[in-house]
Amino acid sequence: MISKKNSNRPVGVIGAGSFGTAIANILAEKTEVLLFSRDPGMVKSIAETRVHRDKSIHKNITPTGDISYLANLCDVIFPIVPSSAFRSVLQQLSPYLYPYHILIHGTKGLDILLPGNKGLNTITSIDRENVMTMSEVIMDESVVVRIGCLAGPNIAKEMSANQPAATVVASHYDEVITQGINLLRNDYFQVYGNKDLIGIELAGVLKNIIAIASGALSGLGLGENAKGLLISRGMVEMIHLGKAMGGNVPAFLGVAGIGDLVTTSNSTMSRNFTVGYRLAKGDSLNTILETMEEVAEGVNTVQIAKLYANSHKVTVPITEVLYRILFEDLKVEEGLQMLMKFPYNVDIDFL
Amino acid sequence: MKSNQEGKQKIYKPILAGTQEWPVVRLSNNRKQLIEQISEEAFQKLIKVQRGHSLREELETTLYLEKLRIKKNPWAVDPEDDYSFWNKIKHELVDLVGSKDASSKEEEILKRIISRYANEIAGNFKKSRYKLAREIIKFGFKRLLNATRIGGFKAIFKNQYTLNDKIQIKGKAKQLRKLAKLGTVVMVPTHFSNLDSILIGWIIHVLGLPAFIYGAGLNLFNIRILAYFMESLGAYKVDRRKKNPIYLETLKTYSKVAIEEGAHSLFFPGGTRSRSGKIENSLKLGLLGTAMEAQRSIFTRHPNNDGRKIFVVPVTINYNFVLEAPNLIKNYLSRKGQERYYVENDEYSTSYKMVKFLVKFFTKGSNISVSIGHGMDLLGNYVDGDGNSIDTKGRIINTRHYFVSNGEIAVDEQRDQEYTRKLSEIIVREFHRINRVFASHLVAFTAFNLWKRQYYKLDLYDFLRLPEEELVIDYADFRETFIEIRECIFKLKKANKVEVAGHLKGNPDEVILTGITNVGMYHSKRPLLLSKEGKITTQDLNTLYYYHNRMDGYDLEKEF
Repeated sequence: MISKKNSNRPVGVIGAGSFGTAIANILAEKTEVLLFSRDPGMVKSIAETRVHRDKSIHKNITPTGDISYLANLCDVIFPIVPSSAFRSVLQQLSPYLYPYHILIHGTKGLDILLPGNKGLNTITSIDRENVMTMSEVIMDESVVVRIGCLAGPNIAKEMSANQPAATVVASHYDEVITQGINLLRNDYFQVYGNKDLIGIELAGVLKNIIAIASGALSGLGLGENAKGLLISRGMVEMIHLGKAMGGNVPAFLGVAGIGDLVTTSNSTMSRNFTVGYRLAKGDSLNTILETMEEVAEGVNTVQIAKLYANSHKVTVPITEVLYRILFEDLKVEEGLQMLMKFPYNVDIDFL
Repeated sequence: MKSNQEGKQKIYKPILAGTQEWPVVRLSNNRKQLIEQISEEAFQKLIKVQRGHSLREELETTLYLEKLRIKKNPWAVDPEDDYSFWNKIKHELVDLVGSKDASSKEEEILKRIISRYANEIAGNFKKSRYKLAREIIKFGFKRLLNATRIGGFKAIFKNQYTLNDKIQIKGKAKQLRKLAKLGTVVMVPTHFSNLDSILIGWIIHVLGLPAFIYGAGLNLFNIRILAYFMESLGAYKVDRRKKNPIYLETLKTYSKVAIEEGAHSLFFPGGTRSRSGKIENSLKLGLLGTAMEAQRSIFTRHPNNDGRKIFVVPVTINYNFVLEAPNLIKNYLSRKGQERYYVENDEYSTSYKMVKFLVKFFTKGSNISVSIGHGMDLLGNYVDGDGNSIDTKGRIINTRHYFVSNGEIAVDEQRDQEYTRKLSEIIVREFHRINRVFASHLVAFTAFNLWKRQYYKLDLYDFLRLPEEELVIDYADFRETFIEIRECIFKLKKANKVEVAGHLKGNPDEVILTGITNVGMYHSKRPLLLSKEGKITTQDLNTLYYYHNRMDGYDLEKEF
């Protein structure tokens, strides 16, 4: 099914990381794409070599380093940058945005806004108003209201190889969902709509925690029983935390929840999985982060999720243990023992 | 009383010189044309949106419901031909079965029904009557006020006290006047008492604004005196008995067209009076949606940006004393407690009761303050003095752009609904922000929560059933907690999350005394009393709960 695009204007992608580039390539099959990167060298090399991150770049993609040019030309923009840079990119973009813009982001992380620029390590409790999903950052920094997000099992490498994959476009607006579907849908990329924007964002964000844990199990050389246990208990934990942060249960049961969770937890290609895997092999967090090419959102998410759960009395044993492994030098083996001793007794308690 | 000293009210000149200019006058001069326009628009919409059943089914359901209403729940205000009209429709529908041109006949019947509804809803504003009504209200209020304040029958002819002393207007009055000149104002007040409509009418007059149109329950038109005043003041009629889609669409279209034509409007977005005493925390989206639609329609018809902008102005009305409180809270509790049957008793079912209420209010009422909120566009962005929408970074937003897709204004009902929902959330936030905390609200809140904490094992209903004699607080304990809670309020005020009445500051003993003497002061059973021995007690826990609810939504409960 190839649907007609709604206008002749190009579509913008902000961020030329591996996921941003993969999305740009999918979009380019239907429309002209402007791909923004902050790095002038990168813009130049994409334009000249038509290859980026070992992937060829579709002929319909034009790289640019001028964010205002992109905003003026494109009504639909996909910001796909790490959560740590998301707010500053939005601040840069915001003066050129109008209420008719549609922003569909693909960032699976959280933003922290603490009064008086305090650091995460200095506080003991945190409220919802201090934790923002990326759609909330967009609303906070710009006049844009037609906001959506992408979430689902989409590992960039597989997408580039035209293997089957799917995504959810979540938004409160039918218009945004329709646009997202029209622009992204093709024979090997399935696109679903969902109205629970916050729920879908949180599903995408929180699954990264479990992905790290899954990597750690693999690193210990454990088998499939352990993984099945982790994924199902991890799911419950995601749902409890997700509910506490304003999502609804169904969002976690679909493509962006279970779908993405299973994928990431089994994928040796995933960054978060890699972090867990290497931790179990004995590398320290700092060494791992220094040698990684792209950001593993899960590390930051563990820290925020743990603090939020503690502040709102949500039981999150996996997150707790991961936090201690990541930031308090707990051994992965000991962490696993702690989890096995944890007195779970009810299987499903969120329905 | 302390709040008396908060300053003399300013006198505002009318913003439009002659009533001829008033949008509502222009509307009533073109009444016939207006009704035709409404009928046509409502017809088009109803034909377009088929909710999964045929027009015939729609007509039959409406007919059935209307006949049921006539039989089960007739009112004095219903027209004489009510029965014959619907009976005729019935026969026509029967005759249509099997007929060839059935669908065009059905459309004709639909048109007739819509037109009948539109005629019924449309107001009958007459400026001569408006002036007379206004003078009568003013004169009456003033006399009553003086008789009671200064005392004695003779005082009825004195002019010492005026309504202005009794009702304080706070907040963005000046901006409201400006906005009413620049565009069309949709005023959305909180709703606690039947007095609200009269009060707001008075405020609109005091501020020098032209009359606003507002939807008034048709039941109020059963009362002759009230019907006269309300028609004169620009009311249109809303019949809550009629819940069929044809009626509702016609009603919404009336509101939309009137706003689009520039008539300033007033809705109580909570729908009915707050039963619980809480500030509204969810709003009815139907009428708000008509403002959204009107704005989009204006933008479509004025591609050059010269159409009138619509401004939403939230208003809160703050009372120490709500006459209906004991009944309202009883209603609320029995609903919440899921009692199967309860009879809604209308305190104002006759002219006599209404007058009695007004006399009671003016002979006994305590001070009232009305807070006027910041004007906003339909997306909830604040507007500046020139009516420009401003974003949180101080940049100007063109409201038109919210309705644009692919470079032009586009009709997208789902989007409009979502915008309306967003707007309603912002109005709720603004209500809480401009709400003025009175000492009476705060003492009620403190006492209720102290008792609730003492009986923390009971759920709300069991707690409310406790015998009042068991509930006693030592003044010293009360004072300590009161001061803490007041500090929280001041912090909220600093964070711009609430407003505070002037009398709340200062010596805590005086503030507490003001609060206790004022809270629900004229109920036969007082919500709070301070005995000579320094004990705080209550005679009516339900009513105390009602007044305490005013402070709901600020997350203050966690302080207990």
